[in-house]
Amino acid sequence: MTNALLRNARLIDPEAGSVTLGWLRIEGGQIAEIGQGPRAGGIDCQGACLAPGIIDIGVKVGEPGERHKESFRTAGRAAAAGGVTTMVTRPDTATPIDTPEVLEFVTRRAQEDAAVKVRPMAALTKAREGREMTEIGFLIDAGAVAFCDGDAVCPTRVLSRCMTYARSLDALILGHPQDPGLSHGGAVTSGKFASLRGLPAVSPMAERMGLERDLALVEMTGVRYHADQITTAAALPALARAKAAGLDVTAGVSIHHLTLNAFDVGDYRTFFKVKPPLRDEDDRVAMVAAVRDGLIDIICSMHTPQDEESKRLPFEAAASGAVGLETLLPAALRLYHAEALSLPELFRALALNPARRFGLAGGRLCPGAPADLVMFDPDIPYVLDRFALQSKSKNTPFDGQRMQGRVLRTWVDGAVVYDRAQGAIA
Amino acid sequence: MTFNQTHLLGIEELHPVEITTLLDRANAYAEAERGSREHGQPLKGLTQINMFFEASTRTQASFEIAGKRLGADVMNMAMSASSLKKGETLIDTALTLNAMHPDLLVVRHPHSGAVKLLADKVNCAVLNAGDGRHEHPTQALLDALTIRRAKGRLHRLVIAICGDIAHSRVARSNIHLLGKMENRVRLIGPPTLIPPGAADWGVEVYGDMAEGLKDADVVMMLRLQKERMDGAFIPSEREYFHRFGLNAEKLSFAKPDAIVMHPGPMNRGVEIDGNIADDINRSVIQEQVEMGVAVRMAAMELLAGNLRARRAA
Repeated sequence: MTNALLRNARLIDPEAGSVTLGWLRIEGGQIAEIGQGPRAGGIDCQGACLAPGIIDIGVKVGEPGERHKESFRTAGRAAAAGGVTTMVTRPDTATPIDTPEVLEFVTRRAQEDAAVKVRPMAALTKAREGREMTEIGFLIDAGAVAFCDGDAVCPTRVLSRCMTYARSLDALILGHPQDPGLSHGGAVTSGKFASLRGLPAVSPMAERMGLERDLALVEMTGVRYHADQITTAAALPALARAKAAGLDVTAGVSIHHLTLNAFDVGDYRTFFKVKPPLRDEDDRVAMVAAVRDGLIDIICSMHTPQDEESKRLPFEAAASGAVGLETLLPAALRLYHAEALSLPELFRALALNPARRFGLAGGRLCPGAPADLVMFDPDIPYVLDRFALQSKSKNTPFDGQRMQGRVLRTWVDGAVVYDRAQGAIA
Repeated sequence: MTFNQTHLLGIEELHPVEITTLLDRANAYAEAERGSREHGQPLKGLTQINMFFEASTRTQASFEIAGKRLGADVMNMAMSASSLKKGETLIDTALTLNAMHPDLLVVRHPHSGAVKLLADKVNCAVLNAGDGRHEHPTQALLDALTIRRAKGRLHRLVIAICGDIAHSRVARSNIHLLGKMENRVRLIGPPTLIPPGAADWGVEVYGDMAEGLKDADVVMMLRLQKERMDGAFIPSEREYFHRFGLNAEKLSFAKPDAIVMHPGPMNRGVEIDGNIADDINRSVIQEQVEMGVAVRMAAMELLAGNLRARRAA
């Protein structure tokens, strides 16, 4: 059923920055009509929020190579349950997505099994080794929406060539701003906490150094550039300068860096080991403000599934990363409940800006846009149980934490892919 | 008696009263060791396993002797040569050992937090014999006992910890312990070996030996942990010795009766002049080793008592 009328909903329009009580009509998989006030017939949303589906640009799926951690089926179910209607997938899989053939495999697997839309990114260099660039042209033809090497930092000379080449194809490059010389081996952010716990630490300055380098190369080459995660206050002035200078630059942040800080690691809790490591509270607050001011454009989950064994190790030896598809929205709602960000501001960073930056059709609540929608109640309280997650891997830092806000229903092209009353559908 | 711990994982978890209880008990053992050597075998019937995932001579020997003096059945496992090479995880190793029903597990591991990870999975008493750069509680306790015996008290002393603080678990445990007992703790070292944020630990940080040692009651030297360093921390050993190595001249800035300590093993001529280390009027380094056995006897006896009480309940 791709025709429907949803009434009595709080419509969250990130473009207009408004929240209005009204109705929305879906026809042929698209949003056909939107109106304010009451209307008869259709589905009564009972005042729940209705927003454009989340476009999550930081999703790692375990295919190819690590299907035991996450498959397109389980990632798709997790996405649907989390209100994510488009997953932009990362190429830093066990077998890197660095050729058109592997990209085609990914696209096919996604079509077969994923409940939501999947738009893949491809590696910037072969095997993500920072030596030779991938076939950027062919990969764009095969459907790559952007290029990145995950958390590997490309050597300067190679990156400058990749950027110069990518510029001619108008390709979007994602950088991981870190100075690898400084951050090598660091498991946590340096400071009082890391030093007391005796963990190998990296100065937050490594991020600013990496960003400054990337921005200089952007200035040199004119490429479209997105910094995947900006997590420290020290990096913000450089970002602001680049934007003011008119460079085609955007920046993202993971939801974990907006809602958690370095102290959450506590007694060496490895589910809180992420890359880059969690920062001080001052940095977290600065990142939230940067999202509100629009300096940071995009919030993503940095969904990184890890199996139990890779986390049941001493902190230094444990794998980095956390799953986030299903917790992205509930965690983001913490910022809404804390009155740090409004709902339209949240969905600007979760849906509208990623759609704009990656050239995707969704992210808007207007006639003609695809009916990729999420309906949620921002107020339902619960304690998160990691084993209730749809993801195959359960490595969430929010396990056992009090959350507020649940996804009630998710639509992709007008079709319901998740209904809380019935559980996962696809 | 007040000692309510299941394990001895770090000084951070201990209450000052627990520290005093432990030191009192250890002092009694130290006296008995010098005299009758009659301890009544309080660990008789208990099995103590020493698991050292990192090479150790003195700490392992100290724990082994402490256990044997108190009547425990002691077993040493050299973990680097064992199942780890076959790919077994730390938790599996712990579970395997746990199934053999040990009573006391003494663990050293190169990763910070690893001993706690292991302690959470077993149902015996675990003693941390050093985890990464995190804690080495029995070393801090034996240092405290040595200071208390030499100075007659363990509060309101000025204690300078000098050298490689960044890589030292001994320093972290000592900072916790000496702070809890209300002493003035100073850290002295080149800025590359002072961990970031250390100034927020309630200590004073100095980059100069003459300033930092001024009026100190205790001078605690640390070993330069070359094996934990990757990359440049100091320009050379001779420059390090020149600026931060303890010799008679630098020691003259401390109080005339200041004692000199070192957790060992020493790098003579790197962090400490051999003549200072051997000066029986100033150096208490040998007494530290002696107190090590006494402190470990006390810690294991107290933990074993709690273990028996838990099992009986």
